[in-house]
Amino acid sequence: MTFPGSHMIVGAVFLMCVATTIIGALIAALTARIIRSVCGLAICCIGLAGLYYFLHSPFLALMEILIYVGAVCVTIVFAVMLAEPDEPLRDDKPSSVIIWGGLSFLICAAIFCGLWYLGVHQDWPTPAARVSDFSIEAIGKSLLTTYSLAFELISLALLVAIIGALAIARTGRSKS
Amino acid sequence: MSPLVNRPDIYFTTAALLLAIGVFGLLRRRTLIGMLISGELIFAAASLNLMAFNRFRAPDPAVGQIFVLFIMGLAAAEIAIALSIIIAVYRNYRSVKTKELSELNG
Repeated sequence: MTFPGSHMIVGAVFLMCVATTIIGALIAALTARIIRSVCGLAICCIGLAGLYYFLHSPFLALMEILIYVGAVCVTIVFAVMLAEPDEPLRDDKPSSVIIWGGLSFLICAAIFCGLWYLGVHQDWPTPAARVSDFSIEAIGKSLLTTYSLAFELISLALLVAIIGALAIARTGRSKS
Repeated sequence: MSPLVNRPDIYFTTAALLLAIGVFGLLRRRTLIGMLISGELIFAAASLNLMAFNRFRAPDPAVGQIFVLFIMGLAAAEIAIALSIIIAVYRNYRSVKTKELSELNG
C-alpha cells in the first residue's frame, strides 16, 4: 500500500535535485560577483546532497551539507570579506573575448560529450552479488577495519592543513 | 521507487555536465577565488560520478561512500590551504586578479 502518485512525486523531487545541481553550478561558474558565485556553489551542493540521498547514501548527503555548505562556503565567504575578489572588467578587445570564450566553450563541450558518450554507451559490467549493503553500519565497520589506516592519514592531513594554513596566513602580515 | 531514480545515465550526464561547467569556470575566471570555486565544482563532479558507479556497478557499496568521504575531507583541507594562500597573496599584491600576479613573468 503506497501513497497514490508517489512515483510521480519521487520523480519530480529527483528532477528538482538535478535541476538545482546544474543551475547552482551555472551560477557558480558564470556570475561576475564572487559572493553570488559562492551562493551558487552552496545551491549546487544542496542539490548534490539530494542526489546522494537518491543514490542510497543518506549519510553522505548529510556530510555534503555539513562540510560543503556549512564549512567550505562559509570559509570562502570569510576570504571574500578579507580580499576584494570581484571580477575585473575585461580590458581585452571584444574579438579576443569571443575567440577565447568560444574556445573554452568548445573544450568544455568536447569534455562533456566524450564523458557522456562513455558513461551512457559503454557496456559497464554489473556485479553478480553485493558483499555488503548501503547501511551506515557497513561504512563504520569498513572505516574501522579495512580503511583504518587511510582514516588516520586523513585526520593527519587535516591537522597538517590547519597548521599550514595558520602558518601561511600569519607570515604575510605586515607590522603596521 | 520511481524508475527515473534508478537510471544511471541521468547521474552520469549530470556529473559530466558539472565537470564541463567547472572546467569552463576554471578557464574563464579571472580571480583566484573564482577559480577555487570552479575547482570545487570539479570535485563535486568526481564525487557524483563515483557515487553513481558505487550505486549501480560496484559489488561493495560501502567502498564508494568511504572514498567520497575521503574526497570531502581532502577537499576541505585543500580549501583551507588555498584560502590562506589567497589571503597571503592579497596582503602582498593588494589584488587576487590572476592577471596582476605576474612577478615571475619575464
